[in-house]
Amino acid sequence: MTRETPRDVIIVGGGVIGCAIARELSRYRLDVLLIEKECEVGFGTSKSNSGIIHAGHHASTDTLKGRLEWDGNQAWDQIADELGFGFQRVGELMVAFDDSQLGTLEKIKAQGEGKGVPDLEIWEPERIRKEEPSLSTDIIAALHAPTAGVVNPYEACFGLIDNARENGVAIVVETTVESVAADDDGAIVLGTSRGRHAARFVINAAGVHADRIAALAGVGSFRITPRKGEEYLLDKRLKGLVKRIIFPCPTPTSKGILVIPTFDGTIMVGPTAHETEDRSDLTTTMAGGDEVFASVKRVVPGVSERDCIAEFAGLRAAAKGEDFIIGPTDLKGFVNVAGIQSPGLTAAPAIARMVTDILHDEGLGLVPDDGFVPTVTHPIRVASLPLEEQIGLAGHDPRFGHVVCRCEHITEGEVIDSIQRGAQTLDGIKFRTRAGMGRCQGGFCSWRCMELIAQEKGVPLTSVTKRGGGSWIICEREDGGGR
Amino acid sequence: MITGRPARIRTRYDVAVVGGGPAGMAAALGARESGAESILVIDREREAGGILWQCIHSGFGLHHFKEELTGPEYAQRYLEEMLEAGVDLLTDSFVADIDRDRRLKVMTGARGVHVVEAGAVALAMGARERTRGAIRIPGTRPSGVMTAGLAQKIVNMHGYLPGRRAVILGSGDIGLIMARRLTLEGVEVMGVFEIMPHANGLNRNIVQCLHDFDIPLYLSTTVAEIHGRDRVEKVTVAPVDENFRPILGKAWDIDCDTLLLSIGLIPENELSRQLNLSIDQVTGGPVVDSRMETSKSGVFAGGNVVHIHDLVDFVSQESLLAGRGAGAYLSGGRPPPDNIRVIPGENVAYCVPHSIASERPHTIYMRVRRPLEKCLIRFGEVLEKKLSYVFPAEMVSLKVRPELLEKFHGDALKVDILPRA
Repeated sequence: MTRETPRDVIIVGGGVIGCAIARELSRYRLDVLLIEKECEVGFGTSKSNSGIIHAGHHASTDTLKGRLEWDGNQAWDQIADELGFGFQRVGELMVAFDDSQLGTLEKIKAQGEGKGVPDLEIWEPERIRKEEPSLSTDIIAALHAPTAGVVNPYEACFGLIDNARENGVAIVVETTVESVAADDDGAIVLGTSRGRHAARFVINAAGVHADRIAALAGVGSFRITPRKGEEYLLDKRLKGLVKRIIFPCPTPTSKGILVIPTFDGTIMVGPTAHETEDRSDLTTTMAGGDEVFASVKRVVPGVSERDCIAEFAGLRAAAKGEDFIIGPTDLKGFVNVAGIQSPGLTAAPAIARMVTDILHDEGLGLVPDDGFVPTVTHPIRVASLPLEEQIGLAGHDPRFGHVVCRCEHITEGEVIDSIQRGAQTLDGIKFRTRAGMGRCQGGFCSWRCMELIAQEKGVPLTSVTKRGGGSWIICEREDGGGR
Repeated sequence: MITGRPARIRTRYDVAVVGGGPAGMAAALGARESGAESILVIDREREAGGILWQCIHSGFGLHHFKEELTGPEYAQRYLEEMLEAGVDLLTDSFVADIDRDRRLKVMTGARGVHVVEAGAVALAMGARERTRGAIRIPGTRPSGVMTAGLAQKIVNMHGYLPGRRAVILGSGDIGLIMARRLTLEGVEVMGVFEIMPHANGLNRNIVQCLHDFDIPLYLSTTVAEIHGRDRVEKVTVAPVDENFRPILGKAWDIDCDTLLLSIGLIPENELSRQLNLSIDQVTGGPVVDSRMETSKSGVFAGGNVVHIHDLVDFVSQESLLAGRGAGAYLSGGRPPPDNIRVIPGENVAYCVPHSIASERPHTIYMRVRRPLEKCLIRFGEVLEKKLSYVFPAEMVSLKVRPELLEKFHGDALKVDILPRA
């Protein structure tokens, strides 16, 4: 895998930050490689993100995250439009239960206005009742911020990386970085689980592992303490329970437990915030679930544990000081993009631009690529097409008439398209197409999806996994009797 | 192979049946019996027959055919009968939508997307299995956690195994059947764990699938945590307290690579909701009258889409009625409407149908909430009958003859299942 000439840039980590940087760099004539540890991009912290594009007023401009938050927010309309994933500015409400919290609302409002976040408004109970009738009547005031929005974070990652790839960025997955060293010619050489890669610049966007990668490079001056968040997804029946993202008043380390109307219309509740030493700890817990539902019921009394259809956990890559760590290091060409916790998703487009500027300052020549195409071919979503178009499409290619996932009405054509775009695993298909994400959680469609992966990739069914590594799904009978 | 694939898909059918499992096939036959001329059955799988194809064990047909058949044998008999009756069958096809005028949007794998207009509709979509999310098992989310029905399909239809060492959560019938099936295939089955103090499957399955194979059944015990990053590595099991919360002080770990879930079925009612049918909150299926007609005129339903059955024979029987109703709807030969509501009373979770007519014979199906021995069933003031035992896992049926109702002039009858004094 060693090449004669080093690449211009290697990005370590394919979360939303790595993907956004990859796409930003693909605007220029550069040789860029992204290295991802999991089997798909976005499958670390980003996949479990709450999917909120924060309104822009949460963090103080004394912090880097506070400065990048509002810049990032404003970039999302164009990105979603170019990359064909859903983004909706549903707005948010931060609610107060007593007078002591009113001060917090006022402070955050003033903070947002200072940054130029428009249309912040404190609502009286009457207005709250009218706009969000499901909220508790104990709420005495709420700060409304219409600029907040929702995306599916994994769709954002896929859109960004698909576009970066189409514009020439190379990607390797299921590859871990094991060593970082400078060579005699001023390039940085990465030893990985799948061979060596060299580049003049290396971006450390390794999320919860960023401190380890920095330590490998000898510039490990910070430590990441993962902070786990558990999220609970509720049945589609509750669609419309709240129209806006509902926040309690924040604490110093967390924005609290939220009620989120996801882009798909389902309601998600969470996340918890608990530090963990284990960087692979994605367990959900009885205590976490109890905490989420107890907290949410106080805000929206109509929510019940019984409505839960799925749960998951993710790790925030929190650094001491609670701010982003973005900048060059003592190792020439090695740039840290670490400590990216909330509002990291929101800030991602601004972070990508900031990193590009840093690379330029550090000596990377940026020549715009005239061939850069800012859009991707949007995946077809059969279920959202009008009947006439469905008839036309399925008449032309019957695979788009063949429904594989009955809960979400996803066709074989869409699943095959997702595999051709890079989905390698059942989870890869699920997060790209929604097949397997509905009520039956893959009970009906996972076999067909496995067959399609095997067929498209030319691999045996037994080698198909849920999400790479050792996540095998089926095995041969003792007598090897499989078809 | 009989396919029954129509040469062309008509734009209008007398009766359209959604689902080609045991319910749909019986409904098609019922529709034919009552005079429907053109009948279309739409099924999403490559072959009609539904879940029966993967149920390769015996025990089917004892009531209906008076002999013991395997699932595929039962399916084949119905399939042949249905196709001989000239029913059009569309497989690999999915009904994505039904509108108020009974127009079905049918998406097919080979013939594109079609709109079919139906004089009457019989809903026979069956059920789906409850999944992990529905019961919030803490822990990681590795591969190797799957529903018992999916495991059954993998083993019996495709010839692979879901793993090498399995724990089964829930004592529903599919879980019990799979405990035996996997054991026969050389998979080590470490036990069946049931959160309730009583088993959830038929007694004959407890005996034939667990006892006969020395597979332990742990009652009032549940899986408290799943471990393993990529693949299941072990599960923690624990007895539960009176609120069904695990008592972690008494928990123990079991090494395994597979956790099968057999924690219940849910009627598949997305289309019923689209049609805005009245839904019984207990069954999760549509409210039906004694002809299996739903709250929307011309829309009938039968089988697991209405309520979860234990035996396919009763699915067929109930769906035959639904089909007959749909066929008769068109010819105008409809009997007088029901005049008596049936109300679940003491220790009765639900009753189907939800109403009856005093001049016809009926079978009322119900489930109890709690097990009882030496009990009686009371149907208002018109009928009282001894029962030797009742059990939530076994559906209770009550036959009602018109003579019984001759002298009854009210508009509702309550069903109670009580201990004998």
